[in-house]
Amino acid sequence: MSEANGHKTDRLACGLGWASLGLGAVQLAAPGAVSRFSGIDDSAWSRVVVRLVGIRELFHAAVLLGSRRPAPMVWTRVAGDAMDMELLRRAMSHREGARRRRVMAASAAVAGVAAADLYTAVRANRMPGARTEPTTSLRAAITVNRPRNEVYRFWHDFENLPRFMAHLESVETIAGGYSHWKAKGPWKKAVEWDAEIIEELSDEVIAWRSVRDATVRNSGVVRFTDAPGGRGTEVRVEIHYDPPAGKVGLAFARLLGEHPEQQVSDDLRRFKQVMETGEVARSEGSPEGTRAMRQVFQHAAQPVR
Amino acid sequence: MKANCWMGRNTVEVREVPDPRILNPRDAIVRITSSAICGSDLHLYDGYVPTMKKGDILGHEFMGEVVEVGPRVSTLRVGDRVVVPFPIACGSCLACEHEMYSLCENSNPNAGMAEKLMGHAPAGIFGYSHMLGGYAGGQAQYARVPFADFGPIKIEDDLPDEQVLFLSDILPTGWMGAEMCDIKPGDIIAIWGAGPVGQFAAASAYLMGAERVICIDRFPYRLEIAACAGAETLNYEEVDILDALRDMTAGRGPDACIDAVGMEAHCPVPAMQAYDRAKQATRLETDRPYALREAILACRNGGTVSVIGVYGGLVDKFPMGSFMNRSLTMKTGQCHVQRYMEPLLKRIRNNEIDPSFIITHHLRLEDAPRGYEMFKHKENDCNKVVLKPW
Repeated sequence: MSEANGHKTDRLACGLGWASLGLGAVQLAAPGAVSRFSGIDDSAWSRVVVRLVGIRELFHAAVLLGSRRPAPMVWTRVAGDAMDMELLRRAMSHREGARRRRVMAASAAVAGVAAADLYTAVRANRMPGARTEPTTSLRAAITVNRPRNEVYRFWHDFENLPRFMAHLESVETIAGGYSHWKAKGPWKKAVEWDAEIIEELSDEVIAWRSVRDATVRNSGVVRFTDAPGGRGTEVRVEIHYDPPAGKVGLAFARLLGEHPEQQVSDDLRRFKQVMETGEVARSEGSPEGTRAMRQVFQHAAQPVR
Repeated sequence: MKANCWMGRNTVEVREVPDPRILNPRDAIVRITSSAICGSDLHLYDGYVPTMKKGDILGHEFMGEVVEVGPRVSTLRVGDRVVVPFPIACGSCLACEHEMYSLCENSNPNAGMAEKLMGHAPAGIFGYSHMLGGYAGGQAQYARVPFADFGPIKIEDDLPDEQVLFLSDILPTGWMGAEMCDIKPGDIIAIWGAGPVGQFAAASAYLMGAERVICIDRFPYRLEIAACAGAETLNYEEVDILDALRDMTAGRGPDACIDAVGMEAHCPVPAMQAYDRAKQATRLETDRPYALREAILACRNGGTVSVIGVYGGLVDKFPMGSFMNRSLTMKTGQCHVQRYMEPLLKRIRNNEIDPSFIITHHLRLEDAPRGYEMFKHKENDCNKVVLKPW
């Protein structure tokens, strides 16, 4: 699918976001009218349910209108449509006469909207970059105020990596460019694997990848270039890995504050601290130093026991 | 140990907390002998600085005696008497190499938080919110000082605490405020806010050769102290500042204007004050920039506006048209304290300036809550409170 079509899909998604906002607002402001219109005003719970659905619509609106590329978010609306259809099906099963006809009309309306949602969502899946790749790529960059060869040498000794990569417990180098890595996985589960260096060019680049049956298949490359005007060394990292439990696991980890993107840039920040100051900066609020999780759940700024 | 903790808006409590210990090889522990309440602490007290947490130890102006050093601190020894600069700086990043210490790239472990609000992160600061590092402050009996081999300055003679304590923040801050004005012979400098920082800025401007210095405030006792430093004074509740300044400078306007007020300015026009208070209360803006607006409008064409008052987030109704069309320059920053400590200590030793003239109250650390209330409400002509933790 072309870029232009992608933009069109985003515009469609945006329109659906405004529709959610409008509907949600009406459902919250006038739940009585909405339940009368849908033929369910005889139920004691109808106003509560309509309000809850209204809150859900505002959630759809928030994710669609608050996103730079809203199209893939339309799937949240598709899920919402399925929920509404089910609610209406149950409402229809024990209603007669005029009410039943109104529930049917509401169902037809929802079905029409669902078709539009589904159309947009399917289009979104065909957008460039929407292919569901098994691996996740993370990139980050930082400038370190040290000479390039020194920065390269420190990174090249993989046993140094746990000093600034928060999730690593240890790296042991084995002969022949191989190394054994131990990490804390999500939920404190230990993960171990072997890695090999696949490319190294003195003072310029180091690339590695996990070998054979690693539980979390991963690879990485770090490039070193001189920053202009004597500003030190630019360090650019790219990491590819299979997130454990796939995309769902990744989304869940994000919800818990474990942003992998943030973790890579945090790692680089600590790398800079170690290179420039010889230590990782620790405060009472963040006693372990820079960590995405800790920034969400800070200690009070008083000495830790 | 005892420490003064932020417990929510308008509440501080002196509580028993664990003693600090060395966390990093370049740390030192300082037994605090004097600590001050800063005007910028009132922004925290009033709840306008985001990312504060209940229990945070406040205080960023302190000095004391080194009682423990980490293995990599070779410049300090147990027993040394030191003044600690409020920005925490490593001394080896690019910012530190350029003497921009309050922009140290390595001292803020919560840089990610600050980046979300500010784009890029400044240095960590003692006791000044989690976005600025989450460091425990110095209104306490002890403090852990990171990068102790770089920041703190040794006081090797018998100068009393009162004369050197303010090297930690407000004396260098006032000095930098004046320095950013790039004062030339004949220059007239106007300073909004005649609190301790404004008073020091006035004294500094004269030391730098300013022709006249005009201090603006609404509390007569603060203006009197500024007058002792040689400044002319204006009370903005009595006169229209723009008119008065135009008159005093024969229509030119001051050559440079210093905003030593910051985010919680007051406005003599009740409707204006109410407008910004309402926006601030509903978080539509975080800062009330009357002093800044007025400083911009007052400044002569092509002049400089120097901002040392603290701002936290967003301001509203910024007179960009005046600023752009009249070729003004704005210079800003949290003070790069480490840059000024040594030269200012020399001036103190040479009796060119005695910073103790601003102190009005000595309190015990236990009385910090009373100190905050008194300072906030300007009771008892409270100009500067020094706390004694022992």
